Amino acid sequence: MNEQELHNEESIALQSGGLAMFAALVIQISSSTKTNDKLDALAEYFTLADDKDKVWVIAIFSGRRPKRIVSSTLLAEWCTALANIPSWLFLESYSTVGDLGETIALLLPDPVIKDGRGESLSYYLKKFIEIEKQDELVRKQFIIDSWQQMNHAERFVFNKLITGSFRIGVSQKIIVNALTKVVSLSSSVIAHRISGNWDPSTISFNNMLGDEVVDVDHSKPYPFYLAYALEDEPSSLGDPSEWQAEWKWDGIRGQMIKRNNELFVWSRGEELMTEKFPEYIILKDLLPDGIVLDGEIIPAENGKPLPFAALQTRIGRKNITKKQLTEAPISFFVYDLLEYNYEDWRERSLEERRNKMEEILQKINNNSIQLPPVIKFTQWDDLAELRKTSREMNSEGIMLKRKNSIYQVGRKRGDWWKWKIDALTIDCVMIYAQKGAGRRSNLYTAYTFAVKDGDQLIPFTRAYSGLTDKEFAQVDNFVKRNSLEKFGPVRTVKPELVFEIAFEGIAASNRHKSGVALRFPRMSRWRKDKKVDEINTLDDLKAMLNMYGK
Amino acid sequence: MNLINFTDKGLCCPQGDFYIDPWKPVDKAIITHAHSDHAYAGHKYYLCHHHTKPLLQLRLGDNNYESVEWGETITMNGVKVSLHPAGHIIGSSQIRVEYKGEVWVISGDYKTEDDGLSGKFEPIKCNTFITESTFGLPIYKWKPQQEIFENIINWISRNKENGKTSVLLAYSLGKAQRVLQHIKDTTQDIYVHGAIWNAHEALLNVGWNLPVVKRITPDTPKEALKGTVVIAPPSADSSPWMKKFHPYSVGVCSGWMQVRGNARRRNVDAGFALSDHADWEGLLQSIKATQAERVFVTHGFQSAFSRYLNEEGIAIAAEVKTEYGSEDEEAPKQEVDETKDEL
Repeated sequence: MNEQELHNEESIALQSGGLAMFAALVIQISSSTKTNDKLDALAEYFTLADDKDKVWVIAIFSGRRPKRIVSSTLLAEWCTALANIPSWLFLESYSTVGDLGETIALLLPDPVIKDGRGESLSYYLKKFIEIEKQDELVRKQFIIDSWQQMNHAERFVFNKLITGSFRIGVSQKIIVNALTKVVSLSSSVIAHRISGNWDPSTISFNNMLGDEVVDVDHSKPYPFYLAYALEDEPSSLGDPSEWQAEWKWDGIRGQMIKRNNELFVWSRGEELMTEKFPEYIILKDLLPDGIVLDGEIIPAENGKPLPFAALQTRIGRKNITKKQLTEAPISFFVYDLLEYNYEDWRERSLEERRNKMEEILQKINNNSIQLPPVIKFTQWDDLAELRKTSREMNSEGIMLKRKNSIYQVGRKRGDWWKWKIDALTIDCVMIYAQKGAGRRSNLYTAYTFAVKDGDQLIPFTRAYSGLTDKEFAQVDNFVKRNSLEKFGPVRTVKPELVFEIAFEGIAASNRHKSGVALRFPRMSRWRKDKKVDEINTLDDLKAMLNMYGK
Repeated sequence: MNLINFTDKGLCCPQGDFYIDPWKPVDKAIITHAHSDHAYAGHKYYLCHHHTKPLLQLRLGDNNYESVEWGETITMNGVKVSLHPAGHIIGSSQIRVEYKGEVWVISGDYKTEDDGLSGKFEPIKCNTFITESTFGLPIYKWKPQQEIFENIINWISRNKENGKTSVLLAYSLGKAQRVLQHIKDTTQDIYVHGAIWNAHEALLNVGWNLPVVKRITPDTPKEALKGTVVIAPPSADSSPWMKKFHPYSVGVCSGWMQVRGNARRRNVDAGFALSDHADWEGLLQSIKATQAERVFVTHGFQSAFSRYLNEEGIAIAAEVKTEYGSEDEEAPKQEVDETKDEL
């Protein structure tokens, strides 16, 4: 899709409404890096768009993506046939563009009907639900008909919607702020209203964001309060006695809700995960009614957290086996109290909330929930010493929270800070490269790294972040000039460039040749000063596994 | 022995004892066009088109230059050599080489749409064609230039309404002159970066009729620039030099803007997919029109493009490694040609 055309279409799109207007919004948002521009574009959309479309935009931008109605493979096949090109050329194009929906929009022949049929966003989304379960031929006909009546921009967003791959850089904060300009509710109320369990195909804009709450959703979570990383020394925070320190745990941030005698567990990505953790069922009987807790979903044995890898064996599984239940029992480590006795407690001080939490949790003696103790300290230096022991307790570092802080919405500076330990690092050499996606399309930015084992190079991790754009351009240039072989989209590269990889954890893995899996690997430094024979060995990696991975 | 060989110095014609666009110093060089990855310094003799000569003088200084008109034939040791319009930039030429009835054509860089300055590309019948492949994937389909220029003009007037200066990034040799023709009436004054000014002056001196532009100097008052158009080379992007134009909007004119990722990576306000290279269809049609039975594919998407030519039975094709593809659009990243564009 080309930008110039999109920009030109914007003005037309805004008058015509419909999918074209949504496409223009998406282009504006994704081509801007300035928060204010995104906010303005969204606010303008909310002012002009049809109510039904607005609800869908809130849904799509907050991760409530429509289900995909066709596999990417089929979509690629149909486009390849229409464009009359061999399938390898489609793949070659895809690997250059880095985005399936955009590749298809670029390859399709020009539309039959130039000005489109001007259907609304909600028309298409309703249609998707309608044909989702129907025969493949019906879906194919619908998609091809639609393509033939759409311009580039419309095709692009349409493709993203039908493949269920809509991801866009809009934070909840931006959506909420844009909505404050069109509805008469405060931002924290809006944030709460658009959270949780609602269906964009049935709820109306007025029901969701009108002045009166029409019906009560008992499962509705609160927006999470998130901390920034502490960059300065903690002494910059002032008097230590004003601060509460806790261990930072490495699991899945979650919210546990019990209302109307029902239990709901939400992840921070607003996914309802209650069913995934049978360990929590008992809490429906143990917790008082009308309570909402913020905490960490974490594997733990007798109160002691296990490495994150234990949880990974369970995430994404539909059915959890007995073996998994015994090997990776899950607990909920409570961080905060947001609602008590059906009353919103977020405006009360952390101190008050903490006291109440202690009172509640004392009465519940069960492995599936616990309130980790606060870390006692009087001097920042003492706390710095304690922080060094984080890794031994499977913690990522320390959280610092101001004792009189309220529970805010979103990521805010000032009252909550995460003070993480330094990452683990290893020096290794790049051996494979693959092109990236999105703003890194057509650039080799996803690399596989190897450590030495005698004469051999053993691949052990992939990483695609941590370098500056300039460094990526240099590595890309190196890859293009030093590739040895090509396997599909992957190129093998002369083993020459040495990088330091930083990671948060290490665990044994039988899926990888190296026998290890890293957590959050990224390139922390390009070691131009090092040669390939100076990189770390497989034995070094195994030693790290023994030390930190158990 | 082939009429043209691919050597580590460049494309070589042993019979005629000359090279075409060599990247290492040689005795005799025939130059397709004045971009720095095709026209290197250090050769003892340069043969090029009349329009290319002043540009080589500007970029490489004084040398032993000989220039010819399109279609004029020069014989070098029995090898007949002639130049033909390639449509890429001013003076850009394809090189036709004939010996004992066998004809090779080296395209250099080319585009099939007539930009009104570079001469209209004409396919030359040959046995072997050496083609570039900068945009040799079917995702590259250019809009008619008229449509693109309308978009650029609309963008400029929107910026004017919002009190912003329009900074258009275009390669100093080729794209800048092409864009200038079409936007000359959008504002009272058009300002240009020093690199573009130099090319502009060189062309004016040899009698080209180009629109009037003003050079930006440290003395250009900030107020004079408000709401105008500034044409600058891509290397000027996000440099301190741009501060003076504030508030401004940046538009990039490059075929790479066809793909969103490139535009987003560059973090530009507007991308215009305006290219001086042939798009996918342009490449295919040109090759078919040459009726060549053999095609060598150089810089760009050479492996995909040559595979396609083979599979579709369009020609027997093979890819060739060259040192071309580091100036103008052949390099999608600005880092590569930062120094070259400063002149």
